[in-house]
Amino acid sequence: MLRILKARWQQKHRTMPYPAGSLPEMPDRFAGRPVFCGKCRKGCRSCQDACPVEAVRLEGERLTLDMGRCIFCQACAETCSCGALSFSRNPQLAAARREDLNLSADSQARIEALSERARKFFGRSLKLRQVSAGGCNACEADVNVLETPAWDIGRFGIRFVASPRHADGLLVTGPVTNNMRLALEKTYAAVPEPRIVIACGTCAISGGIYAGHPEATGGAGSVLPVDLYIPGCPPHPLTTLDALLRFIGRPVPGYPDGF
Amino acid sequence: MALNMPFLYNGETVLTAAVPLVGIDRFRCEVIEQVARGGRLSALFAAPHHGRLRLYAVLCLPAREQAGIVATEVDAIYPSLTPDCPSAHWFEREIFEQWGVRPQGHPWLKPIRFQPSPRGAAAPTVGVTDFFTMIGEEVHEVAVGPVHAGVIEPGHFRFQCHGETVYHLEISLGYQHRGIERALVGGPCQRTMHYMETIAGDSTVGHAAAYCSVMEALCATTVPLGAEAIRAIAAELERMANHIGDLGAMAGDVGFLPTLNYCGRIRGDVLNMTALICGNRFGRGLLTPSGVRFGLSADRRRLLSERLDAVEKDLDSAVPLMFSAPSVLSRLEGTGTLTADLARQIGLVGVAARACGLAHDARTQLPYALYRFDSLPTATYHTGDCFARAYVRWLELKHSIAFVRWQLAAPVAEDGLVGACDSPGPDRMAVAFTEGWRGEICHVAATDAQGRFEFYKVIDPSFHNWFGLACAMRGQEISDFPLCNKSFNLSYCGHDL
Repeated sequence: MLRILKARWQQKHRTMPYPAGSLPEMPDRFAGRPVFCGKCRKGCRSCQDACPVEAVRLEGERLTLDMGRCIFCQACAETCSCGALSFSRNPQLAAARREDLNLSADSQARIEALSERARKFFGRSLKLRQVSAGGCNACEADVNVLETPAWDIGRFGIRFVASPRHADGLLVTGPVTNNMRLALEKTYAAVPEPRIVIACGTCAISGGIYAGHPEATGGAGSVLPVDLYIPGCPPHPLTTLDALLRFIGRPVPGYPDGF
Repeated sequence: MALNMPFLYNGETVLTAAVPLVGIDRFRCEVIEQVARGGRLSALFAAPHHGRLRLYAVLCLPAREQAGIVATEVDAIYPSLTPDCPSAHWFEREIFEQWGVRPQGHPWLKPIRFQPSPRGAAAPTVGVTDFFTMIGEEVHEVAVGPVHAGVIEPGHFRFQCHGETVYHLEISLGYQHRGIERALVGGPCQRTMHYMETIAGDSTVGHAAAYCSVMEALCATTVPLGAEAIRAIAAELERMANHIGDLGAMAGDVGFLPTLNYCGRIRGDVLNMTALICGNRFGRGLLTPSGVRFGLSADRRRLLSERLDAVEKDLDSAVPLMFSAPSVLSRLEGTGTLTADLARQIGLVGVAARACGLAHDARTQLPYALYRFDSLPTATYHTGDCFARAYVRWLELKHSIAFVRWQLAAPVAEDGLVGACDSPGPDRMAVAFTEGWRGEICHVAATDAQGRFEFYKVIDPSFHNWFGLACAMRGQEISDFPLCNKSFNLSYCGHDL
C-alpha cells in the first residue's frame, strides 16, 4: 500500500490543461495543416507527381490539397522547388463537410464549432463505439491514448463504450475492407438514433493508400453517412481531441498563423 | 543428407536462378530435417514463376546465423509438410487459400483470410467456415467478434466450453484484409513504402526496416552507419512504447489500476520521443531505402536523452509496483501456459517464444544493421505463462533503454544519411528479417527481368503466433481470455495483410 502511495506521489498529476492554458507544443518536424505560400513555377507539376495518393492537384495555376486523401508524407513539399507548398505544425485539421478538407491558397484555418446538431444532442455527453475496419492499429492506438490520464477525454463527457447500443455514434478507422463492411453496417444499425459517424484517419475518409483496392470499399463514407472527418495518418491525438471538442460545440483555442 | 541450399546472411540477395529447384520429396526432407535440427520455418509460400507455381521455404538457421532458402514446383496437389512439421500448418492453409493448391494430408484446410482466389473465384463469406465443435451435455459455444468491446481491431473467436473451462479456441481472421501483397507486385512504386508502414501500424519501423533491407539488397547498396543508428533507436523506441503499453494493459486486465494508468501515459511519452525524431509518433516517414530522412543534432540527442531518463524513472516506479503485488502475480502466474516443446513445434516467435525459454531473436540469431555491431542481450524466462510474457517485456524494456541511451551518447552525422539507391536488379531474390517488438518480421521479395517485384511476401510475427494464443487458452477459464490475449497482443492487420 505504501509503495502504491509513493508511486502515486512520484507520478504526479499529469493531465494536460487543454483546451485551457497555453497551446500544447507540437514536435518541430510534425506535419500538420498544409500552407500555400507562393506561386508555382510555370509548367512545374512536381508536387502532383510526387504524391502517392493523388491528394495534390494542379488545375491550371490553382494548387489544391485534399486533406482527406493526404497521408502527410510531405513528399510534395520536399519536391517543391518553388516553395509554394509546405506543412505547418497546426494540428487543427478536422471538418464536418468533406469538401472543407480540400484546401487551396484562399482556404482559411477555422476553429468554429463544427455541428450545431451535435452540440444540441451530444454537447454534454458523447458515447462512441469504435469500429476498426481495416485500420492498421495506428489510428486505433492514438484514439485509445485519449483515454489515458494525460489526455483524459472523459472530463469532456466523451467516452468509448463496449456496446453500440450504449453509443451515440461510431468512430470508424480504416478503409472499410470488404470483409468488415457487413459488421460495420450491423454495428451502425445497432446504434440508437440520433446517431453520428466519425471517419477517423485518412483511410476512413478516402481509403488512403488503399483507395482503389478491390479488397476495400474506399472509406466510411462509401458505406455510411459521415458527420465528422478527422484527417491524419494517423491523426495526432490533439487533432482528434480538437475535432471531437469542436464537434460537440466546446470552445477551443486556435493556433496562430505561422505556427 | 547433404544440405543443398544457399545460405544467406540477413539482408543478402541471391539470383533467382541460384535458388535450388528440387523435387517435392527433397523439398520436404530439407525443410523437415532443418527444423528438426533447430531451424525455424520463417516462411513457406507459393508464387508464380514463368507460368508455373513455385513453393518457397525460408528457414532461419540460428546455428549458422543465416537463412536457408529452397524451392520446388507444384501443381494442384502436393504432400503436406504439416504432419511432419507442425509449424507449416498456417502457411499451408494460406497456400491453399491463395492458390488452390492442396497440401495432401493437412489436418484441416480452411481459409485464414477469406480473400478472393487469384483464379477468379469470389471470396468466401468472412467468418463462415467449418469451425471445430464439441458435442455433449452442457457443452456450450461462445462466439466473440469481429467487433470487440475495446478500441481494437476486428477478429472472430470461437470458444468451446464446458462450464467455465475452455477446451478449444478457434481464431478466425481476415476482416482486415486489404490486399497488400497483391498491390506490391509490379512495384516498387510511390505507395510501396506507405504499404510497409501500414502493414501493422504499431510495427511501422519494424516493417519499414525489413523493406529497406530488401531494397538495399536488391539494389546492391549500403546504408550510412549514422542512418543505421537512427533506425535502431527508432526500432527500440517502438519496442519500448509497445511493451510499456502492454504491461499497462495486462495490469488493467487483472484490475491493477496504478500501473495501467501510469504506463498509458509513459507509452505516450515514448511515442513523443519518436515524434521528436521524425514528426510522427509511429515513426512514419523516417526510414527510406538506403537511409533515414531525418538526422539527430547534438541538441536533439540531448533532449531525447533527458526524456529517456524521465521515462526510465517513471517506469521504475510504475512497473515494479505490479510485479510486487501478490494479487497481480497470482493472476499472471500459471495462466495461459505454453511449454517450450509446444512453442518450438508450432513455430512461436518473439516475446511469446522467449517467455517459453526459447532464445528466438532476429537481432542476435540473424544479426542485421546496427545489431551486427552493438548487440542486445536476449531476455528469456522459462515459465511460458502470462507472467513470463509480462516479465520478458519488462526485461527487454530495460535492455532497450540502455541500448538507446548508448546510441544517443554516440555522435551521429547530421547529413549524408541517405545513400544512393537506384532500382532493383533483375531476376534476384532478397530475404530480410527484423525483430519487431512482437517478434520476427520476415520479408521475401523477387524481381522479374525488368527489376519489378515478381512477388513480395510479408510474414508478420502474428502469423506464427495466433495459434499459440489458441493453445494457451486450452484448459483455461474463459474469463482469462482477455489477459491471455493481451499477453500476446497480436496484430490482426499484420496477419490479414
